[in-house]
Amino acid sequence: MSALPMAGAPVNTNLVGLTKNDYRGNPTTLCQGCGHNSISNQIIAAMYEMSILPENVLKFSGIGCSSKSPTYFMNRSFGFNSLHGRMPSIATGALFGDHTLKGIGVSGDGDTASIGMGQFKHIMRRNVNMVYIVENNGVYGLTKGQFSATAERGLELKKQGTNPYMPVDICMEAVISNATFVARSFAGNPKQVKEILKAAFAHNGIAVLDIISPCVTFNNQENAYHSYAWGKDHEEPLHDITYIAPRNEIMLEREMNEGEIREVTMHDGSVVILKNLEKGYDPTDRFEALRALDEAQRNNWLATGLIYINTEKPSLNETYNLVDTPLNRLTEADLRPAPAMIDKINALMF
Amino acid sequence: MNNVVNDFSITVGTKNGSGSSTANNTILRAIFKMGIPVSGKNLFPSNIQGLPTWYTIRASKDGYLGRREEQDIVIAINPDSFTKDLASVAPGGAFYYADDIKLPITRADIALYPMPVKELVKKDPNIPSDFRDLVGNMVYVGVLAHMIGIDIEKINAALTFHFKGKQKPIDMNFNAVKAGAEWAKANLEKKDPFLLEAMDKTEGLIMADGNTAAAIGSIFGGAQFVAWYPITPATSLAEAMNDYFPMLRKRDDGKHTYAVVQAEDELAAIGMSVGAGWSGLRAMTSTSGPGLSLMTEFAGLAYYAEVPIVVWDIQRIGPSTGLPTRTSQADLSFVIGMGHGDSDSVVLMPGDINECFDFGWQAFDLAERLQTPVFVLSDLDMGMNQWMSKPFAYPSTPMDRGKVISEKGLEELKGNWGRYLDKDGDAIPYRTLPGNKHPLSPYFTRGTGHDEYAKYTEDSVVFHRNMQRLKQKFITAKQYVPKPVTYTSKGSTVAIMAYGSTESAINEARTQLEGDHGIKTDFMRVRAVPFPPEVDEFVKNYDQIFIVEMNRDGQLHQLLRLAFPEFALKLKSVAFGDGMPASAKWIREGILEKHAQNTVKAISTKPERKNTSKKTMTAKRGSKGVK
Repeated sequence: MSALPMAGAPVNTNLVGLTKNDYRGNPTTLCQGCGHNSISNQIIAAMYEMSILPENVLKFSGIGCSSKSPTYFMNRSFGFNSLHGRMPSIATGALFGDHTLKGIGVSGDGDTASIGMGQFKHIMRRNVNMVYIVENNGVYGLTKGQFSATAERGLELKKQGTNPYMPVDICMEAVISNATFVARSFAGNPKQVKEILKAAFAHNGIAVLDIISPCVTFNNQENAYHSYAWGKDHEEPLHDITYIAPRNEIMLEREMNEGEIREVTMHDGSVVILKNLEKGYDPTDRFEALRALDEAQRNNWLATGLIYINTEKPSLNETYNLVDTPLNRLTEADLRPAPAMIDKINALMF
Repeated sequence: MNNVVNDFSITVGTKNGSGSSTANNTILRAIFKMGIPVSGKNLFPSNIQGLPTWYTIRASKDGYLGRREEQDIVIAINPDSFTKDLASVAPGGAFYYADDIKLPITRADIALYPMPVKELVKKDPNIPSDFRDLVGNMVYVGVLAHMIGIDIEKINAALTFHFKGKQKPIDMNFNAVKAGAEWAKANLEKKDPFLLEAMDKTEGLIMADGNTAAAIGSIFGGAQFVAWYPITPATSLAEAMNDYFPMLRKRDDGKHTYAVVQAEDELAAIGMSVGAGWSGLRAMTSTSGPGLSLMTEFAGLAYYAEVPIVVWDIQRIGPSTGLPTRTSQADLSFVIGMGHGDSDSVVLMPGDINECFDFGWQAFDLAERLQTPVFVLSDLDMGMNQWMSKPFAYPSTPMDRGKVISEKGLEELKGNWGRYLDKDGDAIPYRTLPGNKHPLSPYFTRGTGHDEYAKYTEDSVVFHRNMQRLKQKFITAKQYVPKPVTYTSKGSTVAIMAYGSTESAINEARTQLEGDHGIKTDFMRVRAVPFPPEVDEFVKNYDQIFIVEMNRDGQLHQLLRLAFPEFALKLKSVAFGDGMPASAKWIREGILEKHAQNTVKAISTKPERKNTSKKTMTAKRGSKGVK
């Protein structure tokens, strides 16, 4: 990794003067062809294109294959690889340290929907200001191929036999738990992943991204819900999604689509443009979101796109009415009450 | 009959949730305001309403604040515990009871005082009928005031404080007190020896509970982040932070320099605290045994990842279906190695209300200096009961934020920095904080699978080296933790060691051991793990040392034996856990029993005694200690 721009041939830089290399991480140690790597690459691309200063991002993860990936992107961001299922609490506390920072958390289906279900639900209630990515492959990779809670009923795995339980739908759980941004995508559709990542990053509050990310080693049979083949065949985008940054100069060169268009203005003035494919899907309608998810489930579709968004709710740090200076830059003068206060306190102790 | 002045106990038996705590606190505060050393302990069940509950007050001219087992005066208001309460009165004691309880009186060796509680309250037209039970408690306050000599004006002062000057409730309650006192004057004849007389021994002292003290101390320590989950007896600590933050950290712009988050469970409470500690905040959580067990995995991670946090453990008895509202000192063994794999915990053990305040701010300094979790072990008796104490003292040293490198620092180092590099030879590395804008400041945090530069590795040599450094850091901690408090006198060959809230009961037992049995004892109250060098010195110096603690297995005893195997034979456990606060009686009896058993006499080298703490040097700290 080179931390500072290298001398030599001119390179492309973004608005904050960084090259794409400044957003890279260590070489991946995941399996070749793993969907997770594709997601890491889209994070790098999205952050570079959005001209986000890496030092302004905190990376979090729990435990599992997915949770290893924060080392594969953005070496110039602080990161915390925490405990299995406990990323939400670490992130919640850490983001109080400096409210100007934004979190990117990477979790998996085991880390989120099994051991971490409790913390997952509560971080949504709190609307912590971070992007919460679930790299969802329906299987435990690091422990070599057990069913996860998102595995579909009837799935057959080599050593495990047939999965007898109903799956957890991450997006449905997120919508029900009052998440303010919920999207689903497919690692095999990098363009959509990147646009959703950008919109999620611009969102003020929790943005849950359920990204179906096939496990090439333990769960990539053609008929499995979390496989490449199944994903490609069954993906049913709710819309085309385009993210446009608040400043015109970094507007993407991509052509706007004709047709029925819905704009969602984000907190920072950026815009997400959704081009509806079939029905007039309204992602600001919570009931509609649940209906669409239920319909997709019943029809065996992989409904992708922005499923639900609410830009009205304050994020957690806003709720706490914190001082403008980041809390972790306050000094003794701000934090220790004046000597006179000790007498006042003692007078109350009777 | 000789009067017994300022040296007896009063126990009130009522029903949980009947509002008796106002009455009992009023008695406590009034006695305190009379200048008489006093303590109050709530002995309550895990229940919101209906089960029997007791409040015991002890007046002690000598300043002993520990529980007194002998019940000199008992007030019975609850029919359900009446028979038990009657039986509990010490011979020659006094028994006050509500006269509407129609149960047999089986004692002739005590003074009996029936009180027409219901009747008196009914007579007062100013008391609404739904307030009668609540205010009825004040009738026994009034009767007692007349019979034992509580200054009625001090009762008024106590009520004024309790109701924050609101005249209506003050009057309603004070009228009931007066009615009780007047009735007692007209109808009761004093037949017991217990009396109060004003003293000047509480001048300049305060009255507080340990949880409030800990909360305020933490705020003076610059606490910025508190995540917690409700659990008795720790709840009132976090709630006190919510109460006092707005006053103590008030700003003109109305914005907050702190955050208190009620988490969904203890896993999240400590997780959030670890996150906040990692990002540079003074972060803490508070809990009790069961919550602590849920926090174990994070405690281990914080130890390995070297994240400063403060964890207050208000100890109580075991599971929630055990005796969750009874006091205990049984978490020490669990806390010292809390985590997974090799791990060492820095543990602070406050022994009184003042130390709850002091350790409140000092714990943050230690955690940030050492970059490790610091556990503070209080207990229910200290945390939830009212204790008289010296006033809180403003922190004597500036905040120690430990080894943190800013943007400027990184410039100066030209980026030559490693998160886990032992640059100073004290095993404590430097850290940067999230939000630092220098491109070389960020590092990736994980457990132990990293090298000195926080780069991922599973290399066994690097791992081993890092684990050795962590061990070394624990030794470095010895110079920073609070030193023990020691009471010595010439010629003792026997000593007592203990920690926490038992000090006053132990000092009382020491007086009795010397006076009644001719056994002179020295006493060390340890205040931290790892043990600082003063503990080594002390252990060497005696033929026998009794380790007094409130648990079954003698946990401090075990820890001392591990630390000092060469002295294991002379370390005797006097451990007892029944949920009740320590009393001088069981300490004395426990020591006498072990003392008699002591046939193998350890070799006495009769070394020169050294003063082992500041407190030994203060002359007024004799063998009989008033806090």
